[in-house]
Amino acid sequence: MRRMSWFNVTSLTFGLAFLYLPMLLLIIYSFNESRLVTVWAGFSTKWYGELFQNEAFLDAALVTLKVGFFSATVATVLGTMAAWILVRGGKFFGRTLFSGMIYAPLVMPEVITGLSLLLLFIAIGMDRGVMTIVLAHTTFSMCYVSVVVSSRLVAFDKSMEEAALDLGCTPASAFFLVTLPLIAPAVLSGWLLAFTLSLDDLVIASFAAGPSSTTLPIKIFSSVRLGVTPEINALSTIMISIVAIGVITASLVTKQAIARAKRDEQKAIQDG
Amino acid sequence: MTSTDAAAVPADFAPWENADEKPLIEFQNVTKRFGDFTAIDNLNLQIYEREFFALLGPSGCGKTTLMRMLAGFETPTEGTILLGGQDMAPIPPNKRATNMMFQSYALFPHLSVADNIAFGLKRDGIPKADIDARVDEMIRLVQLGQFAKRKPHQISGGQRQRVALARSLAKAPKLLLLDEPLGALDKKLRQETQFELMDIQEKTGTTFVIVTHDQEEAMTVASRVAVMDHGKLIQVDTPAGIYENPNSTYVADFIGDVNILEGHAAKSDAGCQITWAEGQPAINSNCGTDLSGKVHFAIRPEKITVSADKPTDKPNVLQGKVHDIAYLGNISTYHVRLSNGQIIKAQSANNRRLSRRSFTWEDDVYLSFTDTAGVVLAE
Ligand SMILES: Nc1ncnc2c1ncn2[C@@H]1O[C@H](COP(=O)(O)OP(=O)(O)OP(=O)(O)O)[C@@H](O)[C@H]1O
Ligand SMILES: [Mg+2]
Repeated sequence: MRRMSWFNVTSLTFGLAFLYLPMLLLIIYSFNESRLVTVWAGFSTKWYGELFQNEAFLDAALVTLKVGFFSATVATVLGTMAAWILVRGGKFFGRTLFSGMIYAPLVMPEVITGLSLLLLFIAIGMDRGVMTIVLAHTTFSMCYVSVVVSSRLVAFDKSMEEAALDLGCTPASAFFLVTLPLIAPAVLSGWLLAFTLSLDDLVIASFAAGPSSTTLPIKIFSSVRLGVTPEINALSTIMISIVAIGVITASLVTKQAIARAKRDEQKAIQDG
Repeated sequence: MTSTDAAAVPADFAPWENADEKPLIEFQNVTKRFGDFTAIDNLNLQIYEREFFALLGPSGCGKTTLMRMLAGFETPTEGTILLGGQDMAPIPPNKRATNMMFQSYALFPHLSVADNIAFGLKRDGIPKADIDARVDEMIRLVQLGQFAKRKPHQISGGQRQRVALARSLAKAPKLLLLDEPLGALDKKLRQETQFELMDIQEKTGTTFVIVTHDQEEAMTVASRVAVMDHGKLIQVDTPAGIYENPNSTYVADFIGDVNILEGHAAKSDAGCQITWAEGQPAINSNCGTDLSGKVHFAIRPEKITVSADKPTDKPNVLQGKVHDIAYLGNISTYHVRLSNGQIIKAQSANNRRLSRRSFTWEDDVYLSFTDTAGVVLAE
C-alpha cells in the first residue's frame, strides 16, 4: 500500500480527533473513581454498578427500547409501502406531490414536527405516553426508511417481478415471494436506521412524552441540567458500545456477503 | 444432423390459408408508443393454434415489445389484441394462459435452479409430488441435473438461459413466448434444444411465438416467419415463402445472402426484361405482377451456376472474372466481377476435393441462371 503524505495523515488525525475526542473523554471519565467529573481519581467500575441500581434510568431505557422497536417496525412497513408506490406505481395522479410530501419531513425542523404532533394529540384527546412517542417517531423515521428502500428498488430488475406475475403470482404474492426477499437487506438497514433515529431523538420525544413515559435521551438531558454525574457517563458509554457493535456487525455482514458472492462467481466460472 | 432436414409441423399444416380457421391470437391495428416514440406501428397479425411463429428483425424493431403486449406487461396505445377471440386488454398477466421466457432471463436470484423451475407450478396448488416430478422432467430436458441445487449466480450464462427456458416450459401453457431462447447456447446444444422444442410443440400442441436473431433457427423451427422493421411487419410467410419470394429487397437482404441489381423492367413475350447496366445483357425473368419502370432484381447466390464454358441452354448468361473465393467447407461462394465492375455472388457445392477445384482467382467464368431463379421487386 502507498504511504500517506504528511498532509493526509494530519487531516485524518484532526478529523478523527474532532469526531471522537469528546466521546473518548466521556468513556474515560465513566471509569473515574471520583464523583467529580473533571478530576481523575483512579480507575473504578462502580458507576456502572450504581447505574444498574437506578430504577429511573432502567425504566427510561426500557421505554426507549420499546419505542425504538415498535416505531422502527411500523415505519419500516409504511416506508417500504411508500417506496414501492413511488418507484413502481407508474404515473398516477398526484405522484409528484406525494413524493414531495414523503420526503418533506427529512428537512422539516424537528421542533415543528414535534409541536404539530403535540397539537394533534391534544386535539384528539390522546393521553401522552409510550403510544404517542411511538406514533411520533414513526412519523419522522418512515421517510428515512422509504429513501433507503426506494434507492434499492430503483436498482432492482423489474423483469423479475414480471416473471413472477407471468408465472401466476398475484401482485401481492409477487411482492412477498420475489421482491421482498431481494430487497430485504435494504429493508433491514431501513429498520436499523429508524431504530437508531428513535433511540437518540430528544426533541420530538419531549413533545410527545408524558409524565409516566420518559425516554433515555430525555432522562439524560434532564439529569444533566442538575449536573453531569459519572453515572450518566457510564450510561452513555454503554450506548456508544451498543451502537458501535451494531455498526461493526453490520459492516462485517456486508463484507462477508460480498466475499461469498465473489466465491460463488469464481466457482461458476470454473465449472463453466 | 443438419438444421434443415426436419420440419416442426406437418407439411399440410397451413391454417393461415383457411379462411374459416379462427386465429388464436389476433392483433387488430395495434400501435404502441413510448412517449412520442412509436415502437409498434399499426400492426395487424393473426397467429393460429399450434403454430411455431418466429419473429425476425433488427435490434430495436419491436420484437420484445410485441411479446410483452401478448404477456400483458404492456398495453397497446391503440388497437386490440384478441386471444381466442377475447379482448386481452383487461386481463392481467397472471390471469393469462401464456408464459414468457425473458430476454434477460429474469431468474429469481434467491431461489435455486429447481425452485426457479418449480415457481410457477407452486402457484397452481399442484400436489408436491407432481411438482417434483415435473421439475425433474424439465431439469433433464435442459440437461441441468448436476446444477439443480445451485443459485442462478453460481451457473454460467448458457446454463441460466436453459433454466429460464425450463421455467417457462414447466407450466405447459397454451401460448409460449420465447424471447431469444437459445442465443447463448453453443451450436450443438442449440440444435438439440431446437428439436426438443419442436418435439414439445408436437406433443402438447402449444403455440409458440419465438424471437430469434438466427435466421437458420427461424427456418428450422418455424411454421411461419415474420420479418419486422421499425415496428411494422414487412412480410409474414412460411420460411420457404420468405426465402424464395421475398416481397421487398429489405426481406431478401435480411434473410440469407442475395445479389440485388437495380434496373428498368419492360414487358416481353416470355415475362419481362430488365435492363440494368451498360454493356450487360438484359435479364430475362418472369415478373409476376405487372411491374414496370424502376425495379430491383434479387437472386440468391446458390441459384447461379458458375461454369468455364458458355452455357447454351440458360436464358441468362453473364461473363466475368473470379474476384474472390470464400471456402465454407461444404460450399464455396465465388465473388465474380463483371466487366462493369459489379460483383455477383454465386455459390456451388464442393462435391470434389479442394485440390481438384475447378476455378481459381482471375479465371474467366460464365454465370448463368434460369428465368425463374430470381425475383423482381418494386423496392
Ligand atoms: N419502456 C420503454 N420506454 C421507452 N422506449 C422503449 C421501452 N421499451 C422499448 N422501447 C423502445 O422500443 C423499441 C423496440 O424495443 P424492443 O425491446 O421491442 O426491441 P427488440 O426488437 O426486442 O430489440 P432486440 O432485438 O435488441 O431485443 C426500441 O427502440 C426501444 O428503445
Ligand atoms: Mg428484444
